[in-house]
Amino acid sequence: MGRQLLIDNINQTGIHTLEGYRTYGGYQALEKALRMKPEDIVAEVQKSGLRGRGGAGFPTGMKWSFIAKPPGVPRHLVCNADESEPGTFKDRYLMQRKPHLLIEGMIISSFALGANLSYIYIRGEMMAQFHILQNAIDEAYAAGLLGKNILNSGFDLDLHVHCGAGAYICGEETALIESLEGKRGNPRIKPPFPAVSGVWDRPTVVNNVETIAAVVPVINISGEEYAKIGIGKSTGTKLISACGHINKPGVYEIELGVPVEEFIYSENYCGGIKDGRKLKAVVAGGSSVPILPAELILKTAKGEPRLMSYESLGDGGFATGTMLGSGGFIVMDESTSVVKNLFNFTRFYHHESCGQCSPCREGTGWMEKILRKILDGRGTIADIDLLWDIQGKIEGKTICPLGEAAAWPVAAAIRHFRPEFEEYVKNPQNIKDVKHYYRLNNLQEA
Amino acid sequence: MPEFSTEAQELVQRIIKRYPEGKQKSAILPVLHIAQAEFQGWLSVPVMDYVASLLKILPIEVYEVASFYSMFNLKPVGKCVIEVCRTGPCWLMGAEDVVHHIEKKLGVKEGETTKDGMFTLKTVECLAACGSAPMMQVGETYHENLSLEKVDSILNEYKTNTKEHISHWDKKHIKK
Ligand SMILES: Cc1cc2nc3c(=O)[nH]c(=O)nc-3n(C[C@H](O)[C@H](O)[C@H](O)COP(=O)(O)O)c2cc1C
Repeated sequence: MGRQLLIDNINQTGIHTLEGYRTYGGYQALEKALRMKPEDIVAEVQKSGLRGRGGAGFPTGMKWSFIAKPPGVPRHLVCNADESEPGTFKDRYLMQRKPHLLIEGMIISSFALGANLSYIYIRGEMMAQFHILQNAIDEAYAAGLLGKNILNSGFDLDLHVHCGAGAYICGEETALIESLEGKRGNPRIKPPFPAVSGVWDRPTVVNNVETIAAVVPVINISGEEYAKIGIGKSTGTKLISACGHINKPGVYEIELGVPVEEFIYSENYCGGIKDGRKLKAVVAGGSSVPILPAELILKTAKGEPRLMSYESLGDGGFATGTMLGSGGFIVMDESTSVVKNLFNFTRFYHHESCGQCSPCREGTGWMEKILRKILDGRGTIADIDLLWDIQGKIEGKTICPLGEAAAWPVAAAIRHFRPEFEEYVKNPQNIKDVKHYYRLNNLQEA
Repeated sequence: MPEFSTEAQELVQRIIKRYPEGKQKSAILPVLHIAQAEFQGWLSVPVMDYVASLLKILPIEVYEVASFYSMFNLKPVGKCVIEVCRTGPCWLMGAEDVVHHIEKKLGVKEGETTKDGMFTLKTVECLAACGSAPMMQVGETYHENLSLEKVDSILNEYKTNTKEHISHWDKKHIKK
């Protein structure tokens, strides 16, 4: 197993407390950072090559360098702890066990950005972690790690945890900002980007929990050392939350570049497919990224071993590749129906569309209906083509990327598993358990 | 007009202070969670109007938010709202069976409340516990790695021990 920079000591009792966290070296990076100049911290993060862990993989140091600094206008750092992308459960794990790692990262990052008021936006369902964070924040205030003149550095920071109330879209950064302002989670048109005009129209940086947490080891070991871990432009470690038909589901910290095959089959990670079944497909980076069949997730189209990195998972584009995304790694064995799984995901996106843009609001609904028709045994070959057509008319035509997130899974499932869709159309008598399935999805039985 | 308990009113004032002056509308989501904790797990129009008065905003600003977010109940619910995750990874691991089993056991369909007012069954989207699927949430508690037997014993336990409504923002976090 590789180095662990985020989940090291995560199972030690008491590590969720300030004292426990300090026993294992906690807040040393903060002491170091407060002796640095803010711009040097930004430079260190740039050197580290750290990329946003929320899904898009945008270089963090570069994002920070974009923040506008109009005189007299407060700036804000907002941590995105909305973690709602199906298959992703790393942030919750980290906040549950090591809340102070996130808080330390928030203080350092706020200092680097010149923010004196920062927020952690956690999804409402994670109310237990909301209170864990609140307790940790209270501890940090009492110890002089938050508030005025932190550790005699002259730097002031107020940090608060804010809760959502159930809406996947609020993970999208501009919807999150709207939600933090007390409104419906409707994404904003960009530009202006949050770095110029974010929460309360002030310059704002939104970063994922894991991104902010990773700033701590970057400062501890230096950007240069951090960049030596991993492979190519995929530097450092990444939390992968693995689930589905595997023997050892859970959160793993990998050095980027581990072969996918090793990740799935090694006892250090997923421990192979459950019940000795065969691997059928993987959704490698959360429900939004293209599904790949076993042969393409293990090896690229060129026949090279596929690695757990931004570049290798993306190799071949969407024709034969996928994305690292949020690191939500969903494994499906040979018994899985790709069509039903797609129906479930599409129903999810339809449910979660905020409704602002018609291609997404209407398109996700149509795709759900057509998939339902196919699952009903009433589908036609033309329906499969229609699905393909609709997804193509959502992609790129919406304010926020929820449109793409809904379209890509449909495109990839048809691209790689079209015969399975055709089987539902041609031999509906073979469809099992459909009634049962409706109940779960809150549908009237046909 | 309904009113929060003194503890809840103090908590709301502390929460409002977390946002810049004049931006108290930002407190709406936490305050609505607290409202559900204070008023039997759901938001009636008078309760929403009360929240609007606390935040010095228009009632419509509360209604439009309350109706957007899935955790807010705009109709009365049972003391114990069971929220079963229905999204992809939980589905792969047998969420259908869990929902079906609870429906049979409680004699209600998804979205309904038992006649005795004890349970409401809801299905919800991915709760970020996919590694311990299938799972369900009651209040702030996640029940993970569910088997049908485990579901039975959890339901029995709630049935015996639940005296008042269980909310996401647990009452114990209001009292301190
Ligand atoms: C529909 C949608 C949902 C998203 N959900 C999340 C989320 O739950 N957590 C997250 O960190 N980023 C999420 N994102 C990405 C954010 O918009 C944003 O890119 C990210 O928080 C930036 O942080 P990073 O650069 O540290 O990754 C989502 C994006 C979209 C389009």
